[in-house]
Amino acid sequence: MNLLRSLAVLALAAQPALAADPDPSDWSAVLEEARGQTVFWNAWGGSTATNDFIAWAGRRVAEDHGVTVEHVKLTDTADAVTRVLTERQAGKDSGGAIDMIWINGPNFAAMKDADLLFGPFAEALPNWSFVDVDGKTVRSDFTVPTDGYEAPWAMAQVVFMHDTEDLPEPLGSMAAIRDWAVANPGRFTYPQPPDFLGVTFLKQALIDITQDAEVLQRPVTEADYDAVTDPLWAYLDTLTPALWRSGRAYPANGPAQLQLIADNEIDLAISFSPGEATAAIETGQLPPSVRTFVLDRGTLGNASFVAIPYNSGAKAGAMVLANFLMSPEAQLRAQDPAVLGYGTVLDMDRLPEADRAAFAALDQGIATLAPDELGQVQPEPHPSWMTRIAEDWTRRYGTGQ
Amino acid sequence: MPRDGLVRSVPALTLLAMLGPVLAGLWGTVLPALGHLPAAGETGLSGAPFARLLDWPGLPRAIWLSLGTGLAATLISLGIVALIVAGWWGTPAFRALERALSPLLSVPHAAAAFGLAFLIAPSGWIARVVSPALTGWDRPPDWLIVNDPWGLSLIAGLVAKEVPFLLLMTLAALGQSDGARSLRVAQALGYGRVTGWLKCVFPRVYAQIRLPVFVVLVFGMSVVDVAVILGPTTPATLSVQIVRWMNDPDLALRMTAAAGALLQLALVLGALCLWWLGERAAARLGRAAVLRGGRGWADPALRAGGLLAGAVSALAMLAGIAALFLWSVAGFWGFPDALPEAYSLRTWTRAAPGMADALADTALVALAATALALMLVLGCLEAEHRSGRALTRRGLWLIYLPLLLPQTAFLPGLQTLLLGIGADTGRAPVIAAHLVFVLPYVFLSLGDPWRAWDVRHGRIAAALGAGPWRVLWTVRLPMLLRPVLTAAAVGIAVSVGQYLPTLLIGGGRVATLTTEAVALASGGDRRAIGAYGVAQTAAALLPFAVALVVPTLVWRNRRGLHG
Repeated sequence: MNLLRSLAVLALAAQPALAADPDPSDWSAVLEEARGQTVFWNAWGGSTATNDFIAWAGRRVAEDHGVTVEHVKLTDTADAVTRVLTERQAGKDSGGAIDMIWINGPNFAAMKDADLLFGPFAEALPNWSFVDVDGKTVRSDFTVPTDGYEAPWAMAQVVFMHDTEDLPEPLGSMAAIRDWAVANPGRFTYPQPPDFLGVTFLKQALIDITQDAEVLQRPVTEADYDAVTDPLWAYLDTLTPALWRSGRAYPANGPAQLQLIADNEIDLAISFSPGEATAAIETGQLPPSVRTFVLDRGTLGNASFVAIPYNSGAKAGAMVLANFLMSPEAQLRAQDPAVLGYGTVLDMDRLPEADRAAFAALDQGIATLAPDELGQVQPEPHPSWMTRIAEDWTRRYGTGQ
Repeated sequence: MPRDGLVRSVPALTLLAMLGPVLAGLWGTVLPALGHLPAAGETGLSGAPFARLLDWPGLPRAIWLSLGTGLAATLISLGIVALIVAGWWGTPAFRALERALSPLLSVPHAAAAFGLAFLIAPSGWIARVVSPALTGWDRPPDWLIVNDPWGLSLIAGLVAKEVPFLLLMTLAALGQSDGARSLRVAQALGYGRVTGWLKCVFPRVYAQIRLPVFVVLVFGMSVVDVAVILGPTTPATLSVQIVRWMNDPDLALRMTAAAGALLQLALVLGALCLWWLGERAAARLGRAAVLRGGRGWADPALRAGGLLAGAVSALAMLAGIAALFLWSVAGFWGFPDALPEAYSLRTWTRAAPGMADALADTALVALAATALALMLVLGCLEAEHRSGRALTRRGLWLIYLPLLLPQTAFLPGLQTLLLGIGADTGRAPVIAAHLVFVLPYVFLSLGDPWRAWDVRHGRIAAALGAGPWRVLWTVRLPMLLRPVLTAAAVGIAVSVGQYLPTLLIGGGRVATLTTEAVALASGGDRRAIGAYGVAQTAAALLPFAVALVVPTLVWRNRRGLHG
């Protein structure tokens, strides 16, 4: 009987409250509304370092603003998107299960397209004034304009991690990586597409070997897909037999590669976070001999964003959290290689003197490249390329054919 | 009298609690599979979802993988169990093996799979122990063992987990098949131990463990968490792919997922038919073998083989759990060191706060689902007893039904349904979903000891003036304390191990040790996985320890009740 009663209570509680959405331009009202709210932050839960950072951010907003943060650990960001879709399908337009999502480009494009996001809010947050809007790609996500529907909280750039005991010298291009892999079979692999980092590897390869990267900025339908991607498939046809397990199995995602390096199964792996290697050496997940490098012509870069679903029941609390993530305090901690080693989204020139000094004093760590060594940042291709290439990869290499 | 009416209504209530969600979920799957999903702007009938399913290039391989791994794991598990029991039942070696295997029954599938993966990978514990001394490896060989495209690791993981289950089921059945006397007669006629058992006792035992064997087959074909950890990835098994489609941001793929779920259902039914045909063939061959009267020249080899296989599967699980624990306290542990360079509690202290929350949710859901299941099962059994009508064969099938359908076929539909009535994102729906899977196991483990109770105890109590309720509370339940607690422990273990129901129905808000562990698995951090795997195992094992200790304490002055 208890169960039935609980179900009845839940059914009652789910009646729409129909409260007006909070207005981010009236920040004190947002803060007031946020106090006492619980924010269910759906973020990928596969990295212990990130999980710890999220827990810390939760404690800090609880102290300062009385907002409780619950980290819902996902295996895949798409789970959260599905959840919001399911809720709308069931007519649950308020009090949804998800209040904030750490979202990636394609999922953002899908959710924005389907009107599943709350906003615009990001550029009205108080800490937006510190954000480096000119120097960093914080207003577009995979070429899709963010329009204030998601708030940036970290910068990411592709680097390659190499175990210097087996691979002492950096490799300057994707072609050099292929040649090294062929000469050392079984010592390199990448996460299996459609994993985000795996597709990033494919995009990085395509950008580095193609003559005309400009075409990737437009939707795939406007280009001669075969002509653009043929060099990529030729590249992979040579590379695949030389991969770890001859390309018959792949690591599930980025962190799974760390374990492979630590087990001395591979010597080279892609990463989307310049500080990841240092952080992993600190926790014993990588051997101390690992260093990072970038390609001569530069590597892909983008920002990590958080977005708020349209039916969240704690939008004010979520905005308070998003604003905190952009604060100098949180950004400094995220950039600390002993914590996360993520790049900051802030503009040093806009910061108060004390914060600027704190950033300057930060020890980048043993395996992290200095900002001027990171080279040129290449823009992300249009999301339609990612989908199409991932599908094609699965057809060619992911079905045992 | 109204209270008697209450008891009589329990069986109906039980069926509703168990089958209601299953049928509703199936309905919620059929509609999108046929192209009806208003949220995606699709209404009416259409063959498009199936067309898209057939268009997936990995489909043929995924189908063969599901069939092959399910059938192979079932066949091998059953074979090992039959050989162990045939060759060693009643011996000290058998008792040792039984003691080693029964706690392993409660080890959650995901933890067992992690343990095995840590053990058999080319950089795993076995390779570390023998390297470089025996192998000369200073770096692990590039061998495809875990995630191999043939699903061999997946089969091994399933076998290691299913052997304890089938062994326990067989032991329960042995009690009712008069095996000892038959075997003695056969041996007197000159039959070897194994051959005699297989020819005389096995057919009777098999008739009783058929449904559990079917459950093993269905589970092996449709499991998700074990397949994610040990199974192939290029492509993955059909059930893993269904869950991926379910989670895709493209809504239309949910219809493909639903079509895949129906295909999965058809595959499972097809495999059950195949198994049924295999049963006929085995029966025919078996009868011919019985008539030939061979006394069993291969007996010693079969005996040794059975013991070896049983010991290997028990050892693999135990060593796997040990490897989980070792990783959870390891500092840097490079290849080919057999042991970590340094030890630290860092993983545990880091994980402790999150783990405490997950443990609280795990315990709440498991205890609530098990308590509900116990009430319903006891009600059913008592109703059966009072009405004098024993459970029919059809009734038994109904109890097994939730276990005979692939989880992927009805849970997604159930999620949509729960959202529709606004009963989502809470612990109550998760408890209700767990109840669907906990109930059958509680029923199965409590049914036989309950019915085996000597009703003359009740008759004496009644003659002394006790009504049926007093007999239940003061005579029957106390006497059956151990089986009741064991059934509760089984229920808790089942609940602790549930992955898909918690994930899909809980909407991510109910984080149990299992969902946290599988989420961590995607990151491959062996230390964190180790810690969660150990915690998960402990959560499932503890209730069994309680079930063992409490009756001994309560009945320390009643030797006959130590059971």
